Amino acid sequence: MINKTVPNAESATKDIGSNSVLMLGGFGLCGIPENCISALLTRDLHDLTCISNNAGVDDFGIGQMLQRRMVRKMISSYVGENAEFERQLLSGELKVELIPQGTLAERIRAGGAGIPGFFTPAGVGTEVADGKEQREFDGKLYILERGLIADFALVKAWKGDTAGNLIFKGTARNFNPLMAMAGRITIAEVEELVPAGELDPNHIHTPGIFVQRIFEGKNYEKRIEKRTVTP
Amino acid sequence: MLDKIQIAKRIAREIKNGQYINLGIGIPTLVANYIPEELEVVLQSENGLLGLGPFPNEEEVDADLINAGKQTISMVKGSALFDSSMSFAMIRGGHVDLTILGAMEVSENGDISNWKIPGKMVKGMGGAMDLVASAENIIVAMQHCSREGKSKLLKNCTLPITGIRCVRKIVTDLALITVMPEGGFRLLERAPGVSVDEIKSKTEGRLIIEGEIPEMVF
Repeated sequence: MINKTVPNAESATKDIGSNSVLMLGGFGLCGIPENCISALLTRDLHDLTCISNNAGVDDFGIGQMLQRRMVRKMISSYVGENAEFERQLLSGELKVELIPQGTLAERIRAGGAGIPGFFTPAGVGTEVADGKEQREFDGKLYILERGLIADFALVKAWKGDTAGNLIFKGTARNFNPLMAMAGRITIAEVEELVPAGELDPNHIHTPGIFVQRIFEGKNYEKRIEKRTVTP
Repeated sequence: MLDKIQIAKRIAREIKNGQYINLGIGIPTLVANYIPEELEVVLQSENGLLGLGPFPNEEEVDADLINAGKQTISMVKGSALFDSSMSFAMIRGGHVDLTILGAMEVSENGDISNWKIPGKMVKGMGGAMDLVASAENIIVAMQHCSREGKSKLLKNCTLPITGIRCVRKIVTDLALITVMPEGGFRLLERAPGVSVDEIKSKTEGRLIIEGEIPEMVF
């Protein structure tokens, strides 16, 4: 079996350069590639384009990359909870492209699946439709959306094996399996890395063909944005 | 006038047995607390869960288990987890039976605005545009008027649109209203103590009143 293992986040991400287009998995702070982000923060990078559903919070996740002015453009569906983001956006340092969440997910899936475009009803009659081809199918209007790919996809899984097979946990799955398909180079960080053959093939969410590099991450903080409990 | 909890309670009465339901953030989230116990329904969270349960207790909190509002949650028995693409396949594909969400404005032909106020920080539409583009059955929970006292039930939306001709019902602090297929807000019920005249004066769009309008029952 092909071995995709690299030693750590630094070696996995060392060829990510300025001006790269990155996809980063996660929904809010759930299922984000913490180790890869930490490794990027030690580098002198700028003008990155980041495709991610959200932009982290001020001091965690992509928010930290924004603090260091590493990001030129964000492609996201929701970017609340981040004061530095707002400041850079209003000052023009940062560009943002907002995309309906389902459209974002499907654009990434399509990109990874070799589908250059598809029609969706989301955004018809709104500013999201501006400048896009519109077509009627069976009496209903749809807009053309394009597939998305990235130079590097940074994904986080629960378990993985040396062949790059991945299993996700809970709602930390979210955009990760889609982005894994859409990276020219996909880097997977996992909480537990095991030898090929130890994961049940019936339980694999992302087959190893989509993953070029895999490593076992460390010191996961897994910060919770809104801890809500039943008293 | 209804408070937020009463709005949620009234909406809960619209829920039918066997439905798969997506609840938006705010008042819609409260609806989950008032679904009659005899109904078997499944709540969908668009970040990738069918079978949303109550908030966990302190020991059960799991950072890998959150709802679309990023709150920690639990799962009910029989839950399923999936990725974001499959989640929106459920939504766009019409598999989710009922969508309950908040709004800033609704027009008399069922257009909804709820994602952007020009000149203010734009946070994004999240999943709202996908949800309203396909759902056959959308109930809006909102206040009848803005804080400045302006009607939010309009002839035409003034804010950027989230989706067109999609809202089916509206529950406000004053009334239960259905949006007619040919356009117009048809008044179905009034909140306890609220007169038809008051609802009329606070509805800018065309209000259709036929016969006696009953008071809501809880």
